Amino acid sequence: MLSIRQLSRPGVAPFDLDLGDGECVALSGPSGAGKTLLLRAIADLDPNRGEIGLDGVPRESIPAPQWRRKVTYLPAEPGWWADGVGAHFPDHQAAAALLPALGLPPEALSWPVSRLSTGERQRLALARVLLLSPRVMLLDEPTSALDSETTVRVEAILKEHLAGGAAILLVTHTPEQAGRLGQRCLMIDRGRVSEGRP
Amino acid sequence: MSFISLSYLDVAISAVLLIVNAALSVALRLDLARRMSIAAARMVVQLVLMGWVLIVLFEQASPFLTTAAALIMVLFAGREVMARQKRRLAGWWAYGLGTTAMLFAGTVVTVFALTTQIRPEPWYDARVALPLMGMILGNTMTGVALGVDRLLTGAVDARVSIEARLALGHDRAEAMGGIVREALRTGLVPTVNSMSAIGIVFIPGMMTGQLLAGIAPMEAVKYQLLIMFLIAGGTAFGVLGAVLIGSRRLSDARHRLRLDRLSDLDAG
Repeated sequence: MLSIRQLSRPGVAPFDLDLGDGECVALSGPSGAGKTLLLRAIADLDPNRGEIGLDGVPRESIPAPQWRRKVTYLPAEPGWWADGVGAHFPDHQAAAALLPALGLPPEALSWPVSRLSTGERQRLALARVLLLSPRVMLLDEPTSALDSETTVRVEAILKEHLAGGAAILLVTHTPEQAGRLGQRCLMIDRGRVSEGRP
Repeated sequence: MSFISLSYLDVAISAVLLIVNAALSVALRLDLARRMSIAAARMVVQLVLMGWVLIVLFEQASPFLTTAAALIMVLFAGREVMARQKRRLAGWWAYGLGTTAMLFAGTVVTVFALTTQIRPEPWYDARVALPLMGMILGNTMTGVALGVDRLLTGAVDARVSIEARLALGHDRAEAMGGIVREALRTGLVPTVNSMSAIGIVFIPGMMTGQLLAGIAPMEAVKYQLLIMFLIAGGTAFGVLGAVLIGSRRLSDARHRLRLDRLSDLDAG
């Protein structure tokens, strides 16, 4: 579905990657190895070179905002552009339906962003991505601030989306999570991507 | 009432007041005496030079010379805008952005005033055109400097929230809308403030000048109103142009935030 050929950018050497329907690839490597840079390059958030296509359609032929709604990047540090949580969700009904599955009450939509804990921010930011129903999710440590119980909930939802045909490229520091979600593992070190041990 | 001409002696007498400043500085050890004498000397030299230049320009009444003088004013204003920025665009843009916006705004508004309202004969008469351009430019410069500075610092400060929107598929106009509006507001507020304070808190410089020159108060008021409207228009054009072009420069056709197009002032 997603095919990447010779993608490169400053900090990431050229690499190839194919993601199929329902496939989750775990990406790990030491801090500063280029994990985030790699995800941002796929989402076209920084200048990069190489060929990327989704279902055979080259990225350049799609307007960038539309590409990012199909191939959506979730940064490790989520950003907020309004004071209230609700302003970040165009469809409140859909959001309210999703939040309980992430361990959040629907009333969270009326909370101020400043009141949120790190874990709440992380789940709400993931909810924004899930509600777009992207074909590919580029998730940068989506559960790093969550306790083990909430992590299980989040992973269950991600598995649902995988079962529905979405693909995930997951940056994770925990080998257990890579094992639970990923069919394949990639390693990155000093900008070089290699097949890792599962 | 008529115009009262000053002799050079009169001016020299007023300069005596500077001695008060100097004495104060020495007595209270403000360490300003040196800088103040240099600044006073600069002021005298610059204004006398300007007087000579204006004498030549008025005598020649050449559209070419008048335009050249206006252009030089814009170039200096551009330098001032650049100097007032905490962050700058890299390369030519640091100077070019504000200068281009002011050149455009100043020219449009000045030509508009010269050709439709004030209508001097000839229309490029330096006696009218240059003071007009100067007043419009001075105010536009303040607005542009504030607006561009707010835009560039805003883009850096709001990087995470702008990129959050871009990553969710918002286009660059939506993602940067917040900082663009904030920058426009910052650039336009001084004009709004001066329009509300004028006539109550202060008598503006040009009106003072006309009153001293013996013009009837209502005539001076009409001129001042005209100038204020021109200033408001020039500032709006200049700020709008500089902020919108600046926000385009901070992003690209693939809707990315391009902070790499800022130069690293913070390095070191």
